[in-house]
Amino acid sequence: MREKTEKFVVTFRTTAGAIAMERACHAADVPGRLIPVPRSITAGCGMCWAAPPEARAEVEELIVHERLDVDGLYAILL
Amino acid sequence: MIYLDNAATTHPKPPGVAAAVAAAMDGFGNCGRGAYQDALSAARVVYETREQAAELFGCSRPDHVVFTANITESLNIALFGLLNPGDHVISTDLEHNSVLRPLYRLQKAGTAVDFVPADSNGQIDYEDFTRLLRPQTRAVVCTHASNVTGDLTDLDKIGSFCRSHGLLFILDTAQTAGVFPIDMERQQIDVVCFTGHKGLMGPQGTGGICLREHVEIRPWKTGGTGVQSFLEDQPMEYPTRLEAGTLNSHGIAGLHAALAFLKETGLETIHRREDAMARRFYEAVRKLPGVRVYGNFTAQERAAVVSLNIADLDAADVSDELGERFQIATRPGAHCAPRMHRALGTERQGIVRFSWSYFNSEEETDLAAEAVRILAAEAR
Repeated sequence: MREKTEKFVVTFRTTAGAIAMERACHAADVPGRLIPVPRSITAGCGMCWAAPPEARAEVEELIVHERLDVDGLYAILL
Repeated sequence: MIYLDNAATTHPKPPGVAAAVAAAMDGFGNCGRGAYQDALSAARVVYETREQAAELFGCSRPDHVVFTANITESLNIALFGLLNPGDHVISTDLEHNSVLRPLYRLQKAGTAVDFVPADSNGQIDYEDFTRLLRPQTRAVVCTHASNVTGDLTDLDKIGSFCRSHGLLFILDTAQTAGVFPIDMERQQIDVVCFTGHKGLMGPQGTGGICLREHVEIRPWKTGGTGVQSFLEDQPMEYPTRLEAGTLNSHGIAGLHAALAFLKETGLETIHRREDAMARRFYEAVRKLPGVRVYGNFTAQERAAVVSLNIADLDAADVSDELGERFQIATRPGAHCAPRMHRALGTERQGIVRFSWSYFNSEEETDLAAEAVRILAAEAR
């Protein structure tokens, strides 16, 4: 397994929300990728956006600007 | 075969639609059921298709585009999810059974329903919407075009009526989506129900609903969503609220290609071409002895449908003759629109419906008109 590093993670209530996040980040050239939601966040399923911690401000700005359907924001080791 | 039954389903489809379906079947995992590449490929195309549909219908949010199997499912979801016993809903005699049967079922459960009547040429009087208004009226549901005559309803008038009385406006676009501009915001439409396989020229098995913000539809089915798995109820966020179970992402990929074709070609170009062929046919047959054409051809805009009868011949016989002898595909019978046929007085005879798509030709149109001329002459 890879060594865990700190990530900024965004969870969503719908798959459409996760894909909208990916599109917004790609369009704005903000780093990160979609990953399965880790169990440390929730035992449900679905995808979340995992970004390097230094991208947090940009990601949060996009969430507000694009009215993205976000469930939660986390800083965790992944 | 000359295919003139495009009001039932468009055929052929634009180049690239079948290939997109095949590529999706080869390349897609399950949309929203994983974060690996094949599942993400499906999820991305599904999302892009939501964006395309939102743009087409003037829906402000792609996540308020819900996919269904067809427009009948869309209308059932909207009507059963919005109306309650004690509510009153106004509809019209122009409707297809995809609207009528859900309304009749709701009626049995205690929702009051009134229909704006159509006259003997299938026309409605917009003053009747006001006449039928009650304090309990909650919504208007109607088609954008009669699937029997091709006559359009006036969305601006109905939208404005709904807004001024605080009613929900639920629209059936089965005969118009992909051909006529529809703008939910400008025309004040709360719920646009669409099918993917007619004017949108995508695969059968695709359809959907576009919703204005704050329209709250009860989910009619619950099940797997790929998210919020430990929640006992269906998640209430759109589009997931109305999309339990695996989506038809293969079909949606085909719809994606079809919507790209529509955008590239332009609705106006498509409409003008279809309209020119339908009117060419109408002009060729309307004065033939024994031929009766239904609907309003003085209207500037109408769907590319010409419905007719020859003398008192059974529409089924005429359609069969057109198919077997002239290799022309048409639709006879009642077209799942019983109230409209009652208004037109054609319950027993039925009607033969010719309907065009962008991919028909003038030559096909002329051959069809010539076939009608021959059959009309033989009927004398």
